[in-house]
Amino acid sequence: MSIKKSKTNGTPANGEANLGTKGKLAGKELWQEQFETAPKRAGAIDRTISDHPLKPMYGPEDLAGLDYDRDLSYPGQYPYTRGIHPTMHRGRLWTMRQFAGFGTAKQTNERFRFLLAQGQTGLSVAFDMPALMGYDSDHPRALGEVGKCGVAIATLQDMQDLMAGIDLGRISTSMTINCTAPVALALYIVAAELQGVPQEKLSGTLQADMLKEYIAQKEWIYPPEPSMRIITDMMAYCAKHVPKWNTISISGYHIREAGSTAVQELAFTLADGFAYVEAGIAAGMNVDEFAPRLSFFFNAHSDFFEEIAKYRAARRIWARHMRERFKAKDPRSWTLRFHTQTAGCSATAQQAQNNIMRVAFQAMGAVLGGTQSLHTNSLDEVLALPTQENAQIALRTQQIIAYETGAANVIDPLGGSYYVEKLTSEMEEGAERYFERIAEFGGVIPAIHAGFFQKEIADASYRYQREIENGERIIVGVNDFVQEEAEQIALLKIGRATELEQCARVQAFRASRDGEAVQRELAELANAARSDKNLMPHYLSCVRNKATLGEISEALVPVFGRYREPAVI
Amino acid sequence: MARPIRILVAKAGLDGHDRGAKVIARALRDAGFEVIYTGLHQTPEQVVEAAMQEDVDGVGLSVLSGAHMTLFPRIKELLVKEGADDIVLFGGGTIPGEDVKPLLAAGVAGVFTPGTPMATIVDFVRRECGKRVGA
Repeated sequence: MSIKKSKTNGTPANGEANLGTKGKLAGKELWQEQFETAPKRAGAIDRTISDHPLKPMYGPEDLAGLDYDRDLSYPGQYPYTRGIHPTMHRGRLWTMRQFAGFGTAKQTNERFRFLLAQGQTGLSVAFDMPALMGYDSDHPRALGEVGKCGVAIATLQDMQDLMAGIDLGRISTSMTINCTAPVALALYIVAAELQGVPQEKLSGTLQADMLKEYIAQKEWIYPPEPSMRIITDMMAYCAKHVPKWNTISISGYHIREAGSTAVQELAFTLADGFAYVEAGIAAGMNVDEFAPRLSFFFNAHSDFFEEIAKYRAARRIWARHMRERFKAKDPRSWTLRFHTQTAGCSATAQQAQNNIMRVAFQAMGAVLGGTQSLHTNSLDEVLALPTQENAQIALRTQQIIAYETGAANVIDPLGGSYYVEKLTSEMEEGAERYFERIAEFGGVIPAIHAGFFQKEIADASYRYQREIENGERIIVGVNDFVQEEAEQIALLKIGRATELEQCARVQAFRASRDGEAVQRELAELANAARSDKNLMPHYLSCVRNKATLGEISEALVPVFGRYREPAVI
Repeated sequence: MARPIRILVAKAGLDGHDRGAKVIARALRDAGFEVIYTGLHQTPEQVVEAAMQEDVDGVGLSVLSGAHMTLFPRIKELLVKEGADDIVLFGGGTIPGEDVKPLLAAGVAGVFTPGTPMATIVDFVRRECGKRVGA
């Protein structure tokens, strides 16, 4: 391994070429002096976008202590720093999975079919706010929000319409939903049953990462403790009955969007992951029963090398903790598989076309970092859900990276880079320091109750905003290179008519069912929640008897209570 | 100035995106104003009730769920109903340019779209809410 013998590097091959002006300095010392005495650009160039300090150059000395076999190894080999598969993108490209959902189930179904026809290889459902928070579309709290941030799903009929004409036995579906995740899964399983597809054949991912909801995304119903129980019930159920389903997608994406640094995203996400592992073990499962079905979801932000280091560090940290701390035996428990989405928070409303370039670089970082699946944001997502045309450009961006740039042809092409390896190690060290601080609180949930994560993130986002404000950081089109906006981009609009149509559909669905059966199943669900029975079969019975998402969610409030966040600035 | 300007930073509706609200709350606080934050998922009624109870000079509403055309007018309507029309309603979020005019027409005093410098909002609050403090 060249990393270890590289100590001799820096010895001048040709003494004369390295003689400095003073006649004594050479090699690194010469460069150092030349660098320090030369004028430099202003601005935040000595640190990453996450405020992580940077040297102007990295060299062989930055690899001191790094052991190839122990710290990097080969793709598909522990600790998986260079990738989780021996073939990586040589074997199979990442899944191009564009997150989509708006308006009614029927409208989104049309978009899904369009994306599949364009070469997309998996589905990813964006739900609207009421569905994410456990309200039916016609609930007073849903007013103005129906179909806006995603597709409105309240009933079994909605889920059937959403997946109409799509063979659920062949496609993999990712659902970005959390506190109502068990309801969404139940709706999907029953919709598949009605298509004739048994649950054993279903493949997909449920986000179901409640811990990051309390930390960052802030969509919840019940407090953290019962939420963890719901998740472990799903994990146990799926391990037995829906074996190809990824039960949790442990998400750093929203933590980053909420304003965290890259190290915070990495550390908080993995800490959440460990908390789920601990919960699964505490619920009596063997770690290797469920850990292989855990997957991750990271942000692809703009600081190119920092992001690549983040993905590499994530794989190494997960592998080490799973094997050494949690004593997992199955290598599939050690491997961190992840989906990536480009950073919505980096997109600008100003000169929105520039977002295409931002997305392309971010996506390139995710690919070089070894992602398993990727969503590229559309240029208009800073203002609205994407139009079909903009969604297509975003997908084409991935295809250009995959087929034209050569980025997918060599595994972990930045492995061995002095800079990237050093940054990868520093990311790991930074994450470990956060794990210690979280442990001092007594774990993730006590740290949530103490407002630790929320405060760390708010501090980081305010620092970043001030750097933009004082011009230390340039955002093109926002605080420099500003121009009068000539053209308004065309936006997708979801109007009041959609909301009214959806409310009418929900009401018609309720009118069509056996109300007594619904009440009976909801009561059964609440009873099960009071015991230690697995809740998942009860969610399924509720859905089969046509209880709605809002009714099912509400039925557990008397048992579990409602979460209230301590509002801290 | 007789007393510091008091601002309620509010998150209404169901969206949990509180990054902007928190950044603005801190910027306003650092500018010397008294800032109260409602926390997430408030109904328009709860926002107006808090504004009345806290006797604020302005309400800064953050909406990133696309429900701004429902939530802003509703809060304005409730402020008027409470006889508190002099409380300055302003806000921001993922609000397309074309929605700004109708919101201003509905009585929202300032609409700040993505990328607005914090200083612009601080100046706005000092100017508009300052009138109420001076009176």
